[in-house]
Amino acid sequence: MATLFQQIRSNNIKSAILVILFVIIVGLLGSVLGLYYGNMWFGVIMSTLVGAIYFFIVFNTGGSMILNMTGARPVTKKEFPHLHHTIEGLAVAAGIPTPKAYVIDDTALNAFATGKDPKHSSVTVTTGLLDKLNRQELEGVIAHEMAHIKNFDIRLMMLTTVLVGVVTLLGDFFLRSLWFGGGDNRKGHPALLILAIALAILAPIIGHLMRLAVSRQREYLADATGAALTRYPPGLSSALKKIQGDPDPLVDRANRATAHLFISTPFRKTKGKTIALFATHPPIEERISRLEKM
Amino acid sequence: MSIGWWIAIILGIIILAVIFLYNSLIRLKNEIKNSLAQIDVQLKRRHDLIPNLINTVKGYAKHEKNLLTEITKERTAVMKAATMGAKAQASTKLSNALGSLMVQVENYPQLKANENFLQLQEELTGTENKISYSRQHYNDVVMSFNNKIQVFPNNIIANSLGFKQEEMFEVEESEKKNVKVEF
Repeated sequence: MATLFQQIRSNNIKSAILVILFVIIVGLLGSVLGLYYGNMWFGVIMSTLVGAIYFFIVFNTGGSMILNMTGARPVTKKEFPHLHHTIEGLAVAAGIPTPKAYVIDDTALNAFATGKDPKHSSVTVTTGLLDKLNRQELEGVIAHEMAHIKNFDIRLMMLTTVLVGVVTLLGDFFLRSLWFGGGDNRKGHPALLILAIALAILAPIIGHLMRLAVSRQREYLADATGAALTRYPPGLSSALKKIQGDPDPLVDRANRATAHLFISTPFRKTKGKTIALFATHPPIEERISRLEKM
Repeated sequence: MSIGWWIAIILGIIILAVIFLYNSLIRLKNEIKNSLAQIDVQLKRRHDLIPNLINTVKGYAKHEKNLLTEITKERTAVMKAATMGAKAQASTKLSNALGSLMVQVENYPQLKANENFLQLQEELTGTENKISYSRQHYNDVVMSFNNKIQVFPNNIIANSLGFKQEEMFEVEESEKKNVKVEF
C-alpha cells in the first residue's frame, strides 16, 4: 500500500514539475519572440496567458482529445459484454470507479488508459485484442491499465502528451515565423536570432526526452500492480507473448505523440536493438521474464 | 529555549501524530464499509441471476436436478447467513456448485447453442469474478487497517481511541474443512 501512495505522490510532483517546465518554456519562447518584435514583456505575458488557457482546456478535455487522436469509439455493454465485465471486475478489485470502455477497430493487439484522474478515466482496447486474447489474458491487460489509472500515471501521461505536443507545435510555428516573418525591417539582433533558433530546436527535443522518461519505468510497475490485482501473473505474461508475436503494428492509429500511452509500442518492431534512450517501452521479453518470476 | 517550550513542542508533535493517525484510520474504515457494500451488491446480482439460469437450464439438462436443488439451497443460505463467516462459506459453496454446473453443461450441446443461456453464462462469469474481486479488495483493505492498528506505537493510540480489528470476508477456520471443492 505504501508504495502505491509513494507512486501517486511522485506522479503528482512530476505532473506539477511538467506544468512548471511547460510554463517556463512557453514564457521563454514568448520572451524571445517578444524581444524579436521589440517588446519582451508583452511576449511573455501573452504567451503565458495563452499557455494557461490552453492548460486549463487540456486538463479537462485531454482524455477525449487523446481518444479522438487514436480513433477510439465508446462501446456499449451489449456489443462487448466480456470487456465490460472485465473492466467492472478489475475496477472493483482496484477499489476505483469503473472507467469508460472504448475500442479501436483495428486488428493490431494493443490497449491504453487515459483521463485526468480515476473518476474521469477510460480504458481502450483494439478489437484485435478482444478477438485474440482469452479471458485471463484480457484480465491481465485490463489490470495493467487499471494500475495506470489507480496510481495517476494517466494524468501524468495525458499532460505529457498534450503539453509536449503543443511545445513541439510552438517550436515549429516559431521557427517558421522567423524564417518567413520578413525580419529585415525589425529591430532584431543577430544573437537573439541564434538564441531563438536554439530554443525552437531544443524545446521539442527536451519535450521528447521528458515523454520517454515518464514512460519506461512505470510499465514494469503497472505490470506488477496489475498482477497483484488479478493474483495471476501468467495472464498478463501470456498476453504480452501474443502481443509480441503480433506482426501487425498499430501505425495508422498511433503517432509519436500518443505512442507512450499504449501497453506495447504501437510501431513496427525493429529488427536490431533500438537505442534505449529513444525507446518508449521497456523490452517486452524483459517484462515477460519479470512476470514469470513473480 | 526553556524546558516549557520543549515540552510544548513535543506535545504538539504528538497531538499532530494522533490526529493524522485518527484521520487515516477513519478513511480506512470508510473504505472497509464501502467495499463490504460492494460485496453485497455483487452477491445480490448473482442472487437475481440464478432463477433465470435455473429456468433456462431445467428444460435442457434433465440429469442435473440435484445440482440445481443445491444451487437453490445455497442461494437462500447466502442471503440468510447471519455472520460474515457463514456468508462467506455459503457463498463459496454456491460458487462451487455453479462452477460444477458450468462444467456439466458441456454435455448439453443444445443448451450451449441457446443464445439466452450464453448471455446468462457471460453475466454469471462476470458476476462471479466481481464477487471474488470485491472479496479480495475488502480483505486487502481490512488487512491494511488491522496492520495499522496493531503495530507499535499505533496500537496504544488506536486502542485508547476504541478502534477494533475488523473481520475478513473468508470462511471461518472451524468450517473450512466442511467445504468440498467439486471439480
